[in-house]
Amino acid sequence: MKKIEAIIKPFKLADVKDALQEIGIEGMTVSEVKGFGRQKGHTEIYRGSEYTVDFLPKNKLELVVSADKVDIAIAAIIKAAKTGKIGDGKIFVTNIEQAIRIRTEEKGEEAV
Amino acid sequence: MKKFLLHLVLLAVVSLGAFNVLGADASTAKSAPTTEQRLDDIEAYINNAARATDGKAMSKIGGAGPGHNGWMMTSTALVLFMTLPGLALFYGGLVRRKNVLSVIAQCLGLAGVVTVIWVVCGYSLSFGNANPYCGGLKHAMFNGVDGAPNIAYGAWVSHNIFAIYQMMFAIITPALIVGAIAERMKFSAVLLFCALWMFAVYFPAAHAIWGDGGWMNGVWNPTASVKAIDFAGGIVVHITSGWSALALCLILKPRFGYGKQPMPPHSLVLCAIGTGMLWVGWYGFNAGSAVAADSIAANAFVTTTLSAAVGSFVWAMIEYIKKGKPSVLGFCSGAIGGLATITPACGFVEPKHALLIGAFAGAATYLACTTLKSRFGYDDTLDTFGVHAIGGTLGTILAGVFATSAANPNLDLNLKSLLGNGLWIEQLKAVSIWIAWSVLATVIIAKLVDKLVGLRVNEETEMVGLDLAEHGEEGYND
Repeated sequence: MKKIEAIIKPFKLADVKDALQEIGIEGMTVSEVKGFGRQKGHTEIYRGSEYTVDFLPKNKLELVVSADKVDIAIAAIIKAAKTGKIGDGKIFVTNIEQAIRIRTEEKGEEAV
Repeated sequence: MKKFLLHLVLLAVVSLGAFNVLGADASTAKSAPTTEQRLDDIEAYINNAARATDGKAMSKIGGAGPGHNGWMMTSTALVLFMTLPGLALFYGGLVRRKNVLSVIAQCLGLAGVVTVIWVVCGYSLSFGNANPYCGGLKHAMFNGVDGAPNIAYGAWVSHNIFAIYQMMFAIITPALIVGAIAERMKFSAVLLFCALWMFAVYFPAAHAIWGDGGWMNGVWNPTASVKAIDFAGGIVVHITSGWSALALCLILKPRFGYGKQPMPPHSLVLCAIGTGMLWVGWYGFNAGSAVAADSIAANAFVTTTLSAAVGSFVWAMIEYIKKGKPSVLGFCSGAIGGLATITPACGFVEPKHALLIGAFAGAATYLACTTLKSRFGYDDTLDTFGVHAIGGTLGTILAGVFATSAANPNLDLNLKSLLGNGLWIEQLKAVSIWIAWSVLATVIIAKLVDKLVGLRVNEETEMVGLDLAEHGEEGYND
């Protein structure tokens, strides 16, 4: 089992979700986050006073999938989230030791 | 006990009757009006002129005129709407989240304090006619202020409505100062400072420029020592509050972290809503200052609209050219700048000049709030000085340049020789005197208030925010 964390542009969220559903991914967790990478922040001006806003709003998707689905899931996310411009986001993959469905107490890949 | 009450009631009835008889005697002393006089009375009402029957015959029109009175009641409500919630939201949106309630509380608190002072003696000190420098206490506790017109201020408007209309000006003026000292002054200090400031600055200024026999009342007082004109409060409201605001924010020193930490407005949406309310309310402020629903009021309504619109557009277009982006705060600030600047001139100038005044206003207030402020580094939190002092000062001088009897025939009464011929020098005199006095009085009162209750909250309170520390509540609980 692997966990895929994808940080994407907020306006791409719906496309990414649809793409993942199409390849049979059954669940994910989404949160609104702020951060910066190479894109950096932006400047706001109020009556001549300039403020640099470092943290930009992004969406973070987390999904846990069986090892054989990792590559197609990543491919689906990239296809849907890519604009080719700076700030498209990043994907991180980590190992998951265990997964449990609370209702049925199923364990392992049964539970994801 | 019952018998005593009965006696009391009888006594009251008898004495009321006696007053009635006296009243009847006084009115029957005048003869019944001729048809001609009755017709003249109606014409006078329509033209907002003095009653034709005054002193000559009994008028068949009792009390105030309905149209003029109706407009003044509407205007009174509009001017209150400028402070609550207009100014409260305009300022509230511009501060940080943690201080939004503190500026609203200051506006509400000042409305209460000023209302009481106004009725007790403020109105009388401002609009009584004791001498050129002070109104005296003739109308203390609103004595003699009732539904009948006070012909010194409006032939067809109820005296009590005029007094409450002027009270709304007295409320918004100290509330404007709040903008310069927001996010760091103690609530108790704001109230105490403003209460003392009303006596030292506002009442004397209102009496000098608008009061019956005031020493700067150029339009109505032929013996005024300075022949100034100020239609709706360029001096009385914007110069006094704006320059006092600058002095007070310098005394108070900048907020902690000013210039180092970002302090962006927490809600430009609130600010934009407040701007709209101020603009709408300003029609009562400016056109209402004609104290009648007449053609002078109509002209003031038009000039107010033009200056606000042009001021708003010019400020945002300067940003567009210089920074590439026209901002909502720019549109809002320019509108308020245009409104403050046209205020002294609105009832004296023609529409074409209102366009010019609006353009000057947008550019001047933009420069004051951006270049001037960053150059000198003073923390005029919400730009009370940059918008109101600069706008009011510029507008008062421009009113002297552009005033014409084509816009306002009353200018021919005592100022005919000065029109287009040095009236602006009289304006400059009045402006200089009130700037100097406002600053001096502010310094003295601020020192006094600092001794009595302390001007500033401590650093910890400032970091937590005034809402929680001073008012025990938060603007947003989600």
